[in-house]
Amino acid sequence: MADLEREKRTTMNSETAEPMAAHLYRVRRKQRETGDTVSLEIEPVNGMGIRPFRPGQFNMLYAFGVGEVPISISGDPAAPERLVHTVRAVGTVTEAICTLGGGDTLGVRGPFGTCWPVEEAAGRDVVVVAGGIGLAPLRPALYKIRSAKDKYGGAAVLYGARSPEEIVYRRELEEWRTGNDLDVLITVDRASKEWGGRVGVVTTLISEVSFDPPNTVAMICGPEAMMRFTVLELQKRGVTEDNIYISMERNMKCGVGLCGHCQLGPFFVCKDGPVLRYDVIKPFFGKREI
Amino acid sequence: MPEPSLKIGGQVVIEKEDFGKLFDLLAGMGYRIVGPTVRNGAIVYDELTSVDELPVAWTDEQEKSTYRLKQQKEKAYFDYGPGPQSWKRYLHPPAARLWRAEREDGGFKTEVGSEEIPKYAFIGVRPCDLHAMSIQDKVLTGGKHEDTAYSLRRKKAFIVAVNCRKAGGTCFCASMGTGPRATIGFDLALTEVIDGERHYFVVEAGTDKGAEVLRGIPYREAGELEKKAARETVEKAAGEMGRELDTTGIKDMLYRNLEHPRWDKVSERCLTCGNCTMVCPTCFCTTVEDYTDLKGKHAERRRKWDSCFTTDFSYIHGGSVRSSAKSRYRQWLTHKLGSWIDQFGSSGCVGCGRCITFCPAGIDITEEVKAIRDETTAEVKVENSARPENTDDRPRL
Repeated sequence: MADLEREKRTTMNSETAEPMAAHLYRVRRKQRETGDTVSLEIEPVNGMGIRPFRPGQFNMLYAFGVGEVPISISGDPAAPERLVHTVRAVGTVTEAICTLGGGDTLGVRGPFGTCWPVEEAAGRDVVVVAGGIGLAPLRPALYKIRSAKDKYGGAAVLYGARSPEEIVYRRELEEWRTGNDLDVLITVDRASKEWGGRVGVVTTLISEVSFDPPNTVAMICGPEAMMRFTVLELQKRGVTEDNIYISMERNMKCGVGLCGHCQLGPFFVCKDGPVLRYDVIKPFFGKREI
Repeated sequence: MPEPSLKIGGQVVIEKEDFGKLFDLLAGMGYRIVGPTVRNGAIVYDELTSVDELPVAWTDEQEKSTYRLKQQKEKAYFDYGPGPQSWKRYLHPPAARLWRAEREDGGFKTEVGSEEIPKYAFIGVRPCDLHAMSIQDKVLTGGKHEDTAYSLRRKKAFIVAVNCRKAGGTCFCASMGTGPRATIGFDLALTEVIDGERHYFVVEAGTDKGAEVLRGIPYREAGELEKKAARETVEKAAGEMGRELDTTGIKDMLYRNLEHPRWDKVSERCLTCGNCTMVCPTCFCTTVEDYTDLKGKHAERRRKWDSCFTTDFSYIHGGSVRSSAKSRYRQWLTHKLGSWIDQFGSSGCVGCGRCITFCPAGIDITEEVKAIRDETTAEVKVENSARPENTDDRPRL
């Protein structure tokens, strides 16, 4: 009988620790970033503390009855009570999440995954290269680097968007640039006449910034083709493979290494990634349909 | 009368006439007994109430794409090979509700799981399947996050293993180091011996729990001749193994051959039906489905088995990562035999042969590996493995 009781309690305890159970959050603020992209600032419904996260980690966001998707945390890790995700409406679940408004509820599981080597990069130059919404997972790292700027050598943000209208965090990028906090260079693939800035792929920006390649840590996030060419360009400049980090994207259902979907060679992107060191992922990165 | 000398590793004899008492005893202890039985032309695992439901005098023929039951003279209970199901069905069920949610006050609230965790006694677990359980343990409970329901089902289960008297045509457990004799993960292990008119079981206790159960039924210490008969039974099975798979350095061999032309060849036959993943006792992949009622007030999240052979499996916005059949077969085989070693320290294959028997296109994992090995392309050498090298590619448990 005592055994049975103990067993019941274990069931209860393990159920509360159930990794598949979502915590309820409410939308506090919604910010439109581009035509199809919004940033949602969310807070826990029951006031329970938000677990701290590290730059590069993600949460599984659940829209009631529709489904769940992995979304990187894009807010400031120094202010975890303002948990921010930037979501682009590309499918049924992200569309449902993007239509949520202030006060609406969503489910959150996380934070999951690996992070950018922000601490390890101290004392060195940092080059951040982002494509499109790939800037979102890098933003927490940039907040951290910016807040401790004197700990780093140079810090550059190279950002490419498809068009001027698709640039995310535009005002913030402008602030960083004008405040001389970070070297910010932006390019777009195609632009109308009003665009006075650079046009071309993001890799063309690499030759425009000065950094000391053997003493540089690079962090890259964007479409896989963009990351592949960025790695090549950085290598040409002399950045070593073990100092290049990329953030991968794969289908995820559980976020905790149990469902198998996100496999990439020997890695589970949800727990061994999303941030992976290039020399480690290299044998599988860029292989067709791996 | 039961003898007091029973200990772990000790061997005793239970006469066939007393075998049913094991069922009664386990049922009396509150176990739901699950064992093999004949249904719809196959031997499946289901809840049993008596030994009479076991597949007495049935055996099977297994070959590529072939599974056929046939009657035999010997009235053995356990003379069949691994069937279309594995115990995964009970420990890691094909479908389960993860939680449900109700709309309220503009938001919603959730309620997790709460399904009853059954207490199973599994009768007739083959040595390959014992290894499969142990491999799934590592996958589902060995990491930072564990599948709590699986973990509880596993802890509660009582396992009666059966050593193999016959090896099936598609079996290759001997080369995988997982059989045909049970060495790990059982409470009791039976060897069925039929010697002329005599029909008995040589039983080994693997745990204290197993020894305790044995004490509840009539047994006597096994004599040397009986032990020898049991040993020879298993040796005979080992000798008639239908297939083999060379696992030497298999992980790196596969990583080196990710662009091998054999993948194109096999994909001409592979129907990507996912049968191999459904019958595999270690495949663990699942997906989730979200439901609502018509009013949108009640929502549920259910989990069900998934297969890396579907295009949905690797779908991200814009399309599937693995859209070709070639890439999906490659994913399955290289994961099962290669990257599994990086991920969990052992092979994901136990040599049960189910994927060969139940592949409608007759694809044979042992043939595919051999074809790749015989003509390896000296392509990319994987210098930087994520984890320490594991030179022994067989399941290490």
